[in-house]
Amino acid sequence: MVPEIYYLVLSAILFTMGALGVLARRNALIIFMSVELMLNAANLAFVSFANTYQQLNGQIIVFFVIAVAAAEVAVGLALIVAIFKSKHSIDVDQMSSLKG
Amino acid sequence: MTLSDFNTLLPLIVLTVWACALLIVDLFIPKGRKGWTALLAVFGLALTLDLTLAQLGDSGAGFSGMITLDGFSTFVNALLLVSAMLAIGLAYGYVKRMGLERGEFYSLILFSVTGMMLMAQAADLVIVFLALELLSIPLYVLAAFARPKVDSEEAGLKYFLLGAFAAGFVVYGIALVYGATGATALSAIVSAVAARTANLTLLIVGAALILVGFGFKVAAVPFHMWTPDVYQGAPTAVTAFMAAGAKIAGFAALLRVFSLAFPSLAADLTPILWALSALTMVVGNLLAISQTNIKRLLAYSSIAHAGYILMAFVPFGSQEVQSVSVAAGLFYLVAYALTNFGSWGVVIALEQKEGRGLEISDYAGLGRKYPALAAAMTIFMLSLTGIPPTLGLVGKFYLFRAVMAGGFTGLAIIGVLTSLVSAYYYLRVVVTMYMREGEPEALREPWLNFTWGLTAIATVVFSFVPSGLFDWASQAVLKLF
Repeated sequence: MVPEIYYLVLSAILFTMGALGVLARRNALIIFMSVELMLNAANLAFVSFANTYQQLNGQIIVFFVIAVAAAEVAVGLALIVAIFKSKHSIDVDQMSSLKG
Repeated sequence: MTLSDFNTLLPLIVLTVWACALLIVDLFIPKGRKGWTALLAVFGLALTLDLTLAQLGDSGAGFSGMITLDGFSTFVNALLLVSAMLAIGLAYGYVKRMGLERGEFYSLILFSVTGMMLMAQAADLVIVFLALELLSIPLYVLAAFARPKVDSEEAGLKYFLLGAFAAGFVVYGIALVYGATGATALSAIVSAVAARTANLTLLIVGAALILVGFGFKVAAVPFHMWTPDVYQGAPTAVTAFMAAGAKIAGFAALLRVFSLAFPSLAADLTPILWALSALTMVVGNLLAISQTNIKRLLAYSSIAHAGYILMAFVPFGSQEVQSVSVAAGLFYLVAYALTNFGSWGVVIALEQKEGRGLEISDYAGLGRKYPALAAAMTIFMLSLTGIPPTLGLVGKFYLFRAVMAGGFTGLAIIGVLTSLVSAYYYLRVVVTMYMREGEPEALREPWLNFTWGLTAIATVVFSFVPSGLFDWASQAVLKLF
Protein backbone atom coordinates (compact mmCIF):
# COMPACT_ATOMS: atom_id res chain seq x y z
CA MET A 1 0.00 0.00 0.00
CA VAL A 2 1.45 3.33 -1.03
CA PRO A 3 1.21 5.93 1.79
CA GLU A 4 -1.28 8.79 1.34
CA ILE A 5 1.35 11.45 1.44
CA TYR A 6 2.87 10.22 -1.83
CA TYR A 7 -0.39 10.89 -3.61
CA LEU A 8 -0.64 14.33 -2.07
CA VAL A 9 2.89 15.25 -3.06
CA LEU A 10 2.21 14.01 -6.58
CA SER A 11 -0.97 16.07 -6.71
CA ALA A 12 0.88 19.17 -5.48
CA ILE A 13 3.55 18.64 -8.15
CA LEU A 14 0.91 18.23 -10.85
CA PHE A 15 -0.91 21.36 -9.69
CA THR A 16 2.30 23.40 -9.71
CA MET A 17 3.20 22.10 -13.16
CA GLY A 18 -0.25 23.10 -14.38
CA ALA A 19 -0.07 26.58 -12.87
CA LEU A 20 3.43 27.16 -14.24
CA GLY A 21 2.31 25.89 -17.61
CA VAL A 22 -0.49 28.44 -17.74
CA LEU A 23 1.93 31.23 -16.88
CA ALA A 24 4.83 30.15 -19.09
CA ARG A 25 3.36 28.63 -22.25
CA ARG A 26 2.06 30.81 -25.08
CA ASN A 27 -0.06 28.37 -27.06
CA ALA A 28 -3.73 28.61 -26.07
CA LEU A 29 -4.21 24.85 -26.39
CA ILE A 30 -1.25 24.06 -24.15
CA ILE A 31 -2.47 26.63 -21.61
CA PHE A 32 -5.82 24.93 -21.68
CA MET A 33 -4.21 21.52 -21.16
CA SER A 34 -2.31 22.95 -18.19
CA VAL A 35 -5.59 24.12 -16.68
CA GLU A 36 -6.94 20.59 -17.08
CA LEU A 37 -3.83 19.32 -15.32
CA MET A 38 -4.64 21.61 -12.38
CA LEU A 39 -8.18 20.25 -12.20
CA ASN A 40 -6.93 16.67 -12.31
CA ALA A 41 -4.38 17.38 -9.61
CA ALA A 42 -7.33 18.45 -7.46
CA ASN A 43 -9.13 15.24 -8.41
CA LEU A 44 -6.18 13.18 -7.24
CA ALA A 45 -6.15 15.07 -3.96
CA PHE A 46 -9.89 14.52 -3.52
CA VAL A 47 -9.59 10.78 -4.09
CA SER A 48 -6.66 10.33 -1.76
CA PHE A 49 -8.30 12.40 1.00
CA ALA A 50 -11.49 10.40 0.53
CA ASN A 51 -9.42 7.28 1.04
CA THR A 52 -7.89 8.71 4.21
CA TYR A 53 -11.28 9.55 5.67
CA GLN A 54 -12.87 6.38 4.30
CA GLN A 55 -15.68 8.49 2.82
CA LEU A 56 -17.37 8.46 -0.55
CA ASN A 57 -17.90 12.25 -0.62
CA GLY A 58 -14.49 13.04 -2.03
CA GLN A 59 -14.86 10.48 -4.78
CA ILE A 60 -18.26 11.79 -5.79
CA ILE A 61 -16.88 15.33 -6.01
CA VAL A 62 -14.41 14.06 -8.61
CA PHE A 63 -17.31 13.19 -10.89
CA PHE A 64 -18.62 16.74 -10.54
CA VAL A 65 -15.22 18.16 -11.41
CA ILE A 66 -14.86 15.85 -14.42
CA ALA A 67 -18.32 16.82 -15.69
CA VAL A 68 -17.59 20.51 -15.30
CA ALA A 69 -14.20 20.10 -17.00
CA ALA A 70 -15.96 18.48 -19.94
CA ALA A 71 -18.34 21.43 -20.21
CA GLU A 72 -15.36 23.78 -20.10
CA VAL A 73 -13.67 21.83 -22.89
CA ALA A 74 -16.73 22.19 -25.09
CA VAL A 75 -16.75 25.97 -24.77
CA GLY A 76 -12.99 26.40 -24.67
CA LEU A 77 -12.21 24.43 -27.80
CA ALA A 78 -15.01 26.22 -29.63
CA LEU A 79 -13.48 29.56 -28.68
CA ILE A 80 -10.02 28.43 -29.74
CA VAL A 81 -11.33 27.18 -33.10
CA ALA A 82 -13.21 30.45 -33.63
CA ILE A 83 -10.14 32.55 -32.97
CA PHE A 84 -7.97 30.31 -35.13
CA LYS A 85 -10.37 30.85 -38.03
CA SER A 86 -10.06 34.61 -37.87
CA LYS A 87 -6.40 35.00 -36.86
CA HIS A 88 -4.79 31.75 -38.09
CA SER A 89 -2.89 31.59 -34.84
CA ILE A 90 -3.61 30.57 -31.27
CA ASP A 91 -0.52 32.17 -29.82
CA VAL A 92 -1.69 34.28 -26.90
CA ASP A 93 1.13 36.77 -27.42
CA GLN A 94 -0.52 37.75 -30.68
CA MET A 95 -3.84 38.46 -28.98
CA SER A 96 -3.01 42.09 -28.80
CA SER A 97 -5.78 43.96 -30.55
CA LEU A 98 -6.89 45.04 -27.08
CA LYS A 99 -4.32 47.14 -25.30
CA GLY A 100 -3.98 50.20 -23.16
CA MET B 1 -35.41 14.51 -0.90
CA THR B 2 -38.68 16.05 0.19
CA LEU B 3 -40.89 18.74 -1.17
CA SER B 4 -39.38 21.33 1.14
CA ASP B 5 -36.01 20.71 -0.51
CA PHE B 6 -37.48 21.87 -3.77
CA ASN B 7 -39.11 24.85 -2.12
CA THR B 8 -35.72 26.24 -1.16
CA LEU B 9 -34.68 26.14 -4.81
CA LEU B 10 -38.02 26.94 -6.42
CA PRO B 11 -37.01 30.20 -8.13
CA LEU B 12 -33.86 28.58 -9.48
CA ILE B 13 -35.69 25.56 -10.82
CA VAL B 14 -38.28 27.73 -12.52
CA LEU B 15 -35.58 29.89 -14.09
CA THR B 16 -33.59 26.87 -15.33
CA VAL B 17 -36.66 25.29 -16.90
CA TRP B 18 -37.59 28.64 -18.40
CA ALA B 19 -34.15 29.10 -19.91
CA CYS B 20 -34.22 25.60 -21.46
CA ALA B 21 -37.74 26.17 -22.79
CA LEU B 22 -36.66 29.53 -24.19
CA LEU B 23 -33.94 27.82 -26.22
CA ILE B 24 -36.57 25.63 -27.87
CA VAL B 25 -39.21 28.34 -28.27
CA ASP B 26 -36.60 30.56 -29.87
CA LEU B 27 -36.29 28.08 -32.75
CA PHE B 28 -39.82 28.98 -33.81
CA ILE B 29 -39.36 32.74 -33.57
CA PRO B 30 -38.41 34.04 -37.00
CA LYS B 31 -35.20 36.00 -37.49
CA GLY B 32 -35.72 39.71 -37.02
CA ARG B 33 -38.38 39.16 -34.40
CA LYS B 34 -36.07 38.16 -31.58
CA GLY B 35 -37.68 40.89 -29.51
CA TRP B 36 -40.13 38.20 -28.50
CA THR B 37 -37.31 36.11 -27.10
CA ALA B 38 -36.11 39.09 -25.09
CA LEU B 39 -39.62 39.72 -23.84
CA LEU B 40 -40.06 36.08 -22.81
CA ALA B 41 -36.69 36.15 -21.05
CA VAL B 42 -37.69 39.25 -19.07
CA PHE B 43 -41.02 37.63 -18.30
CA GLY B 44 -39.23 34.56 -16.92
CA LEU B 45 -37.00 36.78 -14.81
CA ALA B 46 -40.03 38.68 -13.51
CA LEU B 47 -41.75 35.42 -12.61
CA THR B 48 -38.63 34.24 -10.79
CA LEU B 49 -38.34 37.58 -9.01
CA ASP B 50 -41.92 37.18 -7.87
CA LEU B 51 -41.17 33.69 -6.49
CA THR B 52 -38.00 35.00 -4.83
CA LEU B 53 -39.84 37.86 -3.15
CA ALA B 54 -42.46 35.37 -1.97
CA GLN B 55 -39.64 33.65 -0.06
CA LEU B 56 -38.91 36.86 1.83
CA GLY B 57 -38.50 36.03 5.49
CA ASP B 58 -38.31 32.29 4.86
CA SER B 59 -35.28 30.35 5.86
CA GLY B 60 -34.27 26.76 5.70
CA ALA B 61 -31.88 24.25 4.27
CA GLY B 62 -32.38 21.71 1.55
CA PHE B 63 -30.71 18.80 -0.17
CA SER B 64 -28.89 17.53 2.93
CA GLY B 65 -27.68 21.01 3.82
CA MET B 66 -26.07 21.71 0.46
CA ILE B 67 -28.50 24.50 -0.34
CA THR B 68 -29.56 27.19 2.05
CA LEU B 69 -32.32 29.73 1.92
CA ASP B 70 -32.12 32.80 4.12
CA GLY B 71 -32.56 36.54 4.04
CA PHE B 72 -29.12 36.99 2.57
CA SER B 73 -29.75 34.69 -0.38
CA THR B 74 -33.16 36.23 -1.03
CA PHE B 75 -31.66 39.72 -1.03
CA VAL B 76 -28.84 38.77 -3.38
CA ASN B 77 -31.16 36.78 -5.65
CA ALA B 78 -33.55 39.72 -5.97
CA LEU B 79 -30.62 42.00 -6.81
CA LEU B 80 -29.30 39.55 -9.40
CA LEU B 81 -32.68 39.16 -11.07
CA VAL B 82 -33.16 42.92 -11.30
CA SER B 83 -29.63 43.19 -12.73
CA ALA B 84 -30.43 40.61 -15.38
CA MET B 85 -33.58 42.51 -16.36
CA LEU B 86 -31.61 45.74 -16.65
CA ALA B 87 -29.01 43.88 -18.73
CA ILE B 88 -31.65 42.64 -21.15
CA GLY B 89 -33.10 46.15 -21.31
CA LEU B 90 -29.66 47.40 -22.38
CA ALA B 91 -28.98 44.49 -24.69
CA TYR B 92 -32.17 44.34 -26.73
CA GLY B 93 -31.52 47.32 -28.97
CA TYR B 94 -27.76 46.86 -28.89
CA VAL B 95 -27.65 43.31 -30.24
CA LYS B 96 -30.10 44.28 -32.97
CA ARG B 97 -28.02 47.26 -34.03
CA MET B 98 -24.71 45.38 -33.94
CA GLY B 99 -26.09 42.44 -35.90
CA LEU B 100 -25.73 40.04 -33.00
CA GLU B 101 -29.40 39.24 -32.76
CA ARG B 102 -29.39 35.55 -32.00
CA GLY B 103 -31.93 34.03 -29.65
CA GLU B 104 -29.47 32.07 -27.53
CA PHE B 105 -28.12 35.37 -26.20
CA TYR B 106 -31.03 35.66 -23.79
CA SER B 107 -30.97 32.00 -22.77
CA LEU B 108 -27.27 32.32 -21.97
CA ILE B 109 -28.00 35.31 -19.74
CA LEU B 110 -30.68 33.30 -17.94
CA PHE B 111 -28.31 30.35 -17.43
CA SER B 112 -25.65 32.65 -16.09
CA VAL B 113 -28.10 34.24 -13.65
CA THR B 114 -29.08 30.76 -12.49
CA GLY B 115 -25.46 30.10 -11.62
CA MET B 116 -25.17 33.41 -9.80
CA MET B 117 -28.29 32.68 -7.75
CA LEU B 118 -27.05 29.19 -6.93
CA MET B 119 -23.85 30.82 -5.70
CA ALA B 120 -25.83 32.95 -3.26
CA GLN B 121 -27.61 29.87 -1.91
CA ALA B 122 -24.64 27.52 -1.76
CA ALA B 123 -23.90 26.06 1.67
CA ASP B 124 -21.39 23.52 0.43
CA LEU B 125 -18.12 24.13 -1.32
CA VAL B 126 -19.05 21.69 -4.10
CA ILE B 127 -22.11 23.78 -4.88
CA VAL B 128 -19.96 26.90 -4.78
CA PHE B 129 -17.77 25.34 -7.46
CA LEU B 130 -20.69 24.18 -9.60
CA ALA B 131 -22.34 27.59 -9.34
CA LEU B 132 -19.08 29.32 -10.23
CA GLU B 133 -18.82 27.31 -13.43
CA LEU B 134 -22.51 27.63 -14.25
CA LEU B 135 -22.22 31.40 -14.07
CA SER B 136 -18.87 31.57 -15.88
CA ILE B 137 -19.30 29.27 -18.86
CA PRO B 138 -22.23 31.21 -20.37
CA LEU B 139 -20.27 34.41 -19.76
CA TYR B 140 -17.30 33.08 -21.76
CA VAL B 141 -19.65 32.47 -24.67
CA LEU B 142 -21.34 35.85 -24.25
CA ALA B 143 -17.99 37.67 -24.20
CA ALA B 144 -17.16 36.15 -27.59
CA PHE B 145 -20.68 36.71 -28.89
CA ALA B 146 -19.69 39.35 -31.46
CA ARG B 147 -17.77 36.68 -33.40
CA PRO B 148 -16.15 36.99 -35.94
CA LYS B 149 -15.06 40.37 -34.57
CA VAL B 150 -11.50 39.72 -33.43
CA ASP B 151 -11.78 41.94 -30.34
CA SER B 152 -14.71 39.99 -29.03
CA GLU B 153 -13.12 36.61 -29.76
CA GLU B 154 -9.97 37.66 -27.97
CA ALA B 155 -11.99 38.88 -25.02
CA GLY B 156 -13.81 35.56 -24.89
CA LEU B 157 -10.61 33.52 -25.06
CA LYS B 158 -8.81 35.62 -22.46
CA TYR B 159 -11.77 35.50 -20.12
CA PHE B 160 -12.04 31.77 -20.66
CA LEU B 161 -8.38 30.95 -20.05
CA LEU B 162 -8.10 33.09 -16.94
CA GLY B 163 -11.51 32.01 -15.67
CA ALA B 164 -10.58 28.35 -16.04
CA PHE B 165 -7.24 29.05 -14.37
CA ALA B 166 -9.09 30.66 -11.46
CA ALA B 167 -11.48 27.72 -11.27
CA GLY B 168 -8.45 25.44 -10.99
CA PHE B 169 -7.35 27.37 -7.90
CA VAL B 170 -10.83 27.18 -6.40
CA VAL B 171 -11.07 23.41 -6.94
CA TYR B 172 -7.63 22.76 -5.50
CA GLY B 173 -8.49 25.00 -2.55
CA ILE B 174 -11.68 23.02 -1.98
CA ALA B 175 -9.69 19.77 -2.16
CA LEU B 176 -7.30 21.02 0.53
CA VAL B 177 -10.14 22.26 2.74
CA TYR B 178 -11.74 18.84 2.32
CA GLY B 179 -8.47 17.23 3.25
CA ALA B 180 -8.08 19.44 6.30
CA THR B 181 -11.57 18.90 7.69
CA GLY B 182 -13.02 15.84 5.99
CA ALA B 183 -16.03 17.85 4.87
CA THR B 184 -17.13 20.31 2.23
CA ALA B 185 -20.30 21.55 3.92
CA LEU B 186 -19.68 24.98 5.44
CA SER B 187 -21.28 24.03 8.77
CA ALA B 188 -19.25 20.81 8.98
CA ILE B 189 -16.04 22.74 8.31
CA VAL B 190 -16.78 25.04 11.25
CA SER B 191 -17.53 22.15 13.58
CA ALA B 192 -14.39 20.31 12.51
CA VAL B 193 -12.35 23.41 13.35
CA ALA B 194 -14.17 23.80 16.66
CA ALA B 195 -13.54 20.14 17.55
CA ARG B 196 -9.84 20.65 16.75
CA THR B 197 -9.81 17.74 14.34
CA ALA B 198 -8.87 19.97 11.42
CA ASN B 199 -5.39 20.35 9.98
CA LEU B 200 -5.01 24.12 10.23
CA THR B 201 -2.10 24.49 7.82
CA LEU B 202 -3.96 22.73 5.05
CA LEU B 203 -7.09 24.73 5.88
CA ILE B 204 -5.29 28.06 5.59
CA VAL B 205 -3.65 27.12 2.31
CA GLY B 206 -6.99 25.89 1.00
CA ALA B 207 -8.80 29.06 2.05
CA ALA B 208 -6.06 31.17 0.47
CA LEU B 209 -6.35 29.29 -2.83
CA ILE B 210 -10.13 29.78 -2.82
CA LEU B 211 -9.52 33.47 -2.15
CA VAL B 212 -7.15 33.65 -5.14
CA GLY B 213 -9.74 32.01 -7.36
CA PHE B 214 -12.46 34.43 -6.33
CA GLY B 215 -10.00 37.30 -6.54
CA PHE B 216 -9.82 36.58 -10.26
CA LYS B 217 -13.59 36.45 -10.56
CA VAL B 218 -14.25 39.75 -8.83
CA ALA B 219 -11.20 41.38 -10.46
CA ALA B 220 -9.17 42.25 -7.37
CA VAL B 221 -5.57 43.43 -7.84
CA PRO B 222 -3.18 41.56 -8.46
CA PHE B 223 -5.58 39.23 -10.30
CA HIS B 224 -7.14 41.95 -12.43
CA MET B 225 -5.06 41.89 -15.64
CA TRP B 226 -7.79 40.34 -17.75
CA THR B 227 -10.47 42.86 -16.78
CA PRO B 228 -9.78 45.85 -19.05
CA ASP B 229 -9.18 43.67 -22.12
CA VAL B 230 -12.25 41.55 -21.58
CA TYR B 231 -14.50 44.50 -20.71
CA GLN B 232 -13.30 46.39 -23.77
CA GLY B 233 -13.56 43.51 -26.22
CA ALA B 234 -16.85 42.00 -25.11
CA PRO B 235 -20.10 43.41 -26.54
CA THR B 236 -20.96 46.37 -24.29
CA ALA B 237 -24.27 44.97 -23.08
CA VAL B 238 -22.49 41.79 -22.01
CA THR B 239 -19.82 43.84 -20.25
CA ALA B 240 -22.50 45.61 -18.21
CA PHE B 241 -23.98 42.29 -17.16
CA MET B 242 -20.59 40.78 -16.44
CA ALA B 243 -19.40 43.74 -14.41
CA ALA B 244 -22.42 43.71 -12.12
CA GLY B 245 -23.60 40.11 -12.05
CA ALA B 246 -20.30 38.29 -11.72
CA LYS B 247 -19.20 40.73 -9.05
CA ILE B 248 -22.37 40.41 -6.99
CA ALA B 249 -22.25 36.61 -7.14
CA GLY B 250 -18.53 36.45 -6.42
CA PHE B 251 -18.85 38.68 -3.38
CA ALA B 252 -21.94 36.81 -2.18
CA ALA B 253 -19.98 33.55 -2.26
CA LEU B 254 -16.95 35.14 -0.57
CA LEU B 255 -19.16 36.63 2.13
CA ARG B 256 -20.86 33.37 2.88
CA VAL B 257 -17.83 31.10 2.66
CA PHE B 258 -15.48 33.30 4.63
CA SER B 259 -17.82 34.49 7.34
CA LEU B 260 -19.46 31.09 7.86
CA ALA B 261 -16.71 28.57 7.28
CA PHE B 262 -13.46 30.34 8.05
CA PRO B 263 -14.03 32.82 10.90
CA SER B 264 -11.38 30.91 12.85
CA LEU B 265 -8.80 31.92 10.25
CA ALA B 266 -9.52 35.63 10.64
CA ALA B 267 -6.24 36.35 12.37
CA ASP B 268 -4.30 34.96 9.41
CA LEU B 269 -6.52 36.18 6.61
CA THR B 270 -7.38 39.70 7.76
CA PRO B 271 -3.97 41.19 6.86
CA ILE B 272 -4.16 39.53 3.43
CA LEU B 273 -7.65 40.90 2.82
CA TRP B 274 -6.55 44.32 4.06
CA ALA B 275 -3.67 44.39 1.61
CA LEU B 276 -5.82 43.04 -1.23
CA SER B 277 -8.47 45.68 -0.66
CA ALA B 278 -6.01 48.58 -0.33
CA LEU B 279 -4.02 47.46 -3.38
CA THR B 280 -7.17 47.05 -5.47
CA MET B 281 -8.40 50.55 -4.61
CA VAL B 282 -5.05 52.22 -5.25
CA VAL B 283 -4.07 50.39 -8.44
CA GLY B 284 -7.57 50.45 -9.95
CA ASN B 285 -7.95 54.19 -9.45
CA LEU B 286 -4.42 55.12 -10.52
CA LEU B 287 -4.54 53.09 -13.72
CA ALA B 288 -7.94 54.54 -14.60
CA ILE B 289 -6.47 58.06 -14.79
CA SER B 290 -4.56 57.51 -18.01
CA GLN B 291 -7.39 55.83 -19.93
CA THR B 292 -8.89 57.49 -22.99
CA ASN B 293 -11.33 54.74 -23.93
CA ILE B 294 -14.55 54.88 -21.93
CA LYS B 295 -14.91 51.09 -21.76
CA ARG B 296 -11.42 50.71 -20.33
CA LEU B 297 -12.04 53.61 -17.95
CA LEU B 298 -15.14 51.91 -16.61
CA ALA B 299 -13.26 48.59 -16.43
CA TYR B 300 -10.60 50.12 -14.17
CA SER B 301 -13.36 51.83 -12.23
CA SER B 302 -14.97 48.44 -11.67
CA ILE B 303 -11.64 47.11 -10.39
CA ALA B 304 -11.45 50.03 -7.97
CA HIS B 305 -14.98 49.35 -6.78
CA ALA B 306 -14.09 45.71 -6.17
CA GLY B 307 -11.53 47.13 -3.75
CA TYR B 308 -14.17 49.17 -1.93
CA ILE B 309 -16.45 46.17 -1.62
CA LEU B 310 -13.55 44.03 -0.40
CA MET B 311 -13.29 46.46 2.51
CA ALA B 312 -16.49 44.94 3.83
CA PHE B 313 -14.67 41.62 4.37
CA VAL B 314 -11.73 42.93 6.28
CA PRO B 315 -13.49 42.92 9.68
CA PHE B 316 -14.96 39.43 9.05
CA GLY B 317 -13.37 37.99 12.16
CA SER B 318 -14.99 40.24 14.76
CA GLN B 319 -18.51 39.21 15.63
CA GLU B 320 -19.99 42.65 16.45
CA VAL B 321 -18.76 44.56 13.43
CA GLN B 322 -19.13 41.72 10.96
CA SER B 323 -22.89 41.97 10.43
CA VAL B 324 -22.78 45.74 9.97
CA SER B 325 -19.93 45.57 7.51
CA VAL B 326 -21.52 42.78 5.50
CA ALA B 327 -24.76 44.79 5.35
CA ALA B 328 -22.74 47.79 4.18
CA GLY B 329 -21.11 45.58 1.56
CA LEU B 330 -24.52 44.44 0.31
CA PHE B 331 -25.76 48.02 0.19
CA TYR B 332 -22.69 49.03 -1.78
CA LEU B 333 -23.33 46.21 -4.25
CA VAL B 334 -26.84 47.58 -4.87
CA ALA B 335 -25.49 51.09 -5.38
CA TYR B 336 -22.75 49.78 -7.66
CA ALA B 337 -25.13 47.62 -9.71
CA LEU B 338 -27.54 50.51 -10.37
CA THR B 339 -24.82 52.98 -11.27
CA ASN B 340 -22.97 50.41 -13.33
CA PHE B 341 -25.94 49.58 -15.54
CA GLY B 342 -26.74 53.24 -15.98
CA SER B 343 -23.25 54.24 -17.04
CA TRP B 344 -22.88 51.30 -19.43
CA GLY B 345 -26.30 52.24 -20.82
CA VAL B 346 -24.99 55.68 -21.72
CA VAL B 347 -21.92 54.07 -23.30
CA ILE B 348 -24.21 51.86 -25.39
CA ALA B 349 -26.25 54.88 -26.48
CA LEU B 350 -23.12 56.52 -27.89
CA GLU B 351 -21.45 53.44 -29.32
CA GLN B 352 -21.40 53.23 -33.12
CA LYS B 353 -20.53 50.32 -35.36
CA GLU B 354 -16.87 49.27 -35.68
CA GLY B 355 -16.16 50.40 -32.15
CA ARG B 356 -16.45 54.12 -32.87
CA GLY B 357 -17.90 56.49 -30.28
CA LEU B 358 -16.05 54.85 -27.41
CA GLU B 359 -13.37 57.47 -26.78
CA ILE B 360 -13.95 60.00 -24.02
CA SER B 361 -13.41 62.74 -26.60
CA ASP B 362 -16.48 61.45 -28.43
CA TYR B 363 -18.53 62.69 -25.48
CA ALA B 364 -17.69 66.34 -26.21
CA GLY B 365 -20.78 68.45 -26.71
CA LEU B 366 -23.13 65.84 -25.30
CA GLY B 367 -24.44 68.35 -22.75
CA ARG B 368 -25.79 70.66 -25.44
CA LYS B 369 -27.07 68.09 -27.90
CA TYR B 370 -28.54 65.46 -25.58
CA PRO B 371 -29.10 67.19 -22.22
CA ALA B 372 -30.99 64.29 -20.60
CA LEU B 373 -28.34 61.75 -21.53
CA ALA B 374 -25.57 64.02 -20.30
CA ALA B 375 -27.41 64.68 -17.05
CA ALA B 376 -27.82 60.95 -16.48
CA MET B 377 -24.13 60.33 -17.19
CA THR B 378 -23.25 63.11 -14.76
CA ILE B 379 -25.33 61.43 -12.07
CA PHE B 380 -23.56 58.11 -12.68
CA MET B 381 -20.12 59.67 -12.62
CA LEU B 382 -20.94 61.51 -9.38
CA SER B 383 -22.27 58.29 -7.89
CA LEU B 384 -19.16 56.34 -8.85
CA THR B 385 -17.02 59.06 -7.28
CA GLY B 386 -19.20 59.32 -4.22
CA ILE B 387 -20.50 62.89 -4.44
CA PRO B 388 -24.01 63.80 -3.22
CA PRO B 389 -26.86 63.50 -4.01
CA THR B 390 -26.24 59.98 -5.20
CA LEU B 391 -26.38 56.44 -3.91
CA GLY B 392 -22.63 56.02 -4.33
CA LEU B 393 -21.97 58.49 -1.52
CA VAL B 394 -24.35 56.75 0.85
CA GLY B 395 -22.79 53.38 0.02
CA LYS B 396 -19.30 54.67 0.70
CA PHE B 397 -20.47 56.33 3.91
CA TYR B 398 -21.90 53.08 5.31
CA LEU B 399 -18.85 51.15 4.19
CA PHE B 400 -16.27 53.51 5.68
CA ARG B 401 -18.26 53.73 8.91
CA ALA B 402 -18.36 49.95 9.25
CA VAL B 403 -14.66 49.60 8.52
CA MET B 404 -13.80 52.28 11.07
CA ALA B 405 -15.98 50.57 13.66
CA GLY B 406 -13.88 47.48 13.05
CA GLY B 407 -10.76 49.49 13.91
CA PHE B 408 -9.34 49.69 10.40
CA THR B 409 -9.09 53.46 10.18
CA GLY B 410 -6.06 53.27 7.90
CA LEU B 411 -8.05 51.38 5.30
CA ALA B 412 -10.89 53.90 5.48
CA ILE B 413 -8.38 56.72 4.92
CA ILE B 414 -7.00 54.93 1.86
CA GLY B 415 -10.59 54.58 0.67
CA VAL B 416 -11.28 58.30 1.02
CA LEU B 417 -8.01 59.31 -0.63
CA THR B 418 -8.50 56.99 -3.59
CA SER B 419 -12.05 58.33 -3.98
CA LEU B 420 -10.52 61.79 -4.29
CA VAL B 421 -8.18 60.49 -6.98
CA SER B 422 -11.12 58.92 -8.78
CA ALA B 423 -12.91 62.27 -8.87
CA TYR B 424 -10.27 63.41 -11.37
CA TYR B 425 -11.09 60.90 -14.07
CA TYR B 426 -14.84 60.70 -13.47
CA LEU B 427 -15.25 64.47 -13.54
CA ARG B 428 -13.09 64.64 -16.66
CA VAL B 429 -15.92 62.85 -18.46
CA VAL B 430 -18.40 65.39 -17.11
CA VAL B 431 -16.18 68.30 -18.11
CA THR B 432 -15.81 66.85 -21.61
CA MET B 433 -19.57 66.54 -21.96
CA TYR B 434 -20.34 70.11 -20.95
CA MET B 435 -17.29 72.25 -21.67
CA ARG B 436 -16.01 70.92 -24.99
CA GLU B 437 -17.49 71.53 -28.40
CA GLY B 438 -18.43 68.50 -30.42
CA GLU B 439 -21.06 66.75 -32.46
CA PRO B 440 -21.78 63.47 -30.70
CA GLU B 441 -24.14 60.92 -32.19
CA ALA B 442 -26.38 59.22 -29.67
CA LEU B 443 -29.01 56.63 -30.21
CA ARG B 444 -32.59 56.97 -29.10
CA GLU B 445 -33.94 53.57 -28.40
CA PRO B 446 -36.92 53.26 -26.03
CA TRP B 447 -35.76 50.36 -23.84
CA LEU B 448 -32.27 51.73 -23.58
CA ASN B 449 -33.56 55.19 -22.62
CA PHE B 450 -35.88 53.58 -20.11
CA THR B 451 -33.02 51.64 -18.51
CA TRP B 452 -30.59 54.52 -18.07
CA GLY B 453 -33.40 56.85 -17.09
CA LEU B 454 -34.70 54.46 -14.47
CA THR B 455 -31.28 53.78 -12.97
CA ALA B 456 -30.46 57.51 -12.91
CA ILE B 457 -33.67 58.30 -11.04
CA ALA B 458 -33.15 55.36 -8.68
CA THR B 459 -29.57 56.47 -7.98
CA VAL B 460 -30.76 59.90 -6.88
CA VAL B 461 -34.03 58.99 -5.17
CA PHE B 462 -32.63 56.14 -3.08
CA SER B 463 -29.88 58.41 -1.83
CA PHE B 464 -32.51 60.47 0.00
CA VAL B 465 -34.17 57.42 1.55
CA PRO B 466 -31.30 54.98 1.96
CA SER B 467 -32.35 53.71 5.38
CA GLY B 468 -35.12 51.46 4.05
CA LEU B 469 -32.72 49.67 1.75
CA PHE B 470 -30.01 49.53 4.38
CA ASP B 471 -32.45 48.10 6.94
CA TRP B 472 -33.41 45.41 4.47
CA ALA B 473 -29.76 44.60 3.93
CA SER B 474 -29.13 44.52 7.69
CA GLN B 475 -32.06 42.21 8.28
CA ALA B 476 -30.92 39.98 5.45
CA VAL B 477 -27.51 39.69 7.06
CA LEU B 478 -28.84 39.18 10.57
CA LYS B 479 -30.19 35.78 9.59
CA LEU B 480 -26.83 34.82 8.13
CA PHE B 481 -25.01 34.54 11.42
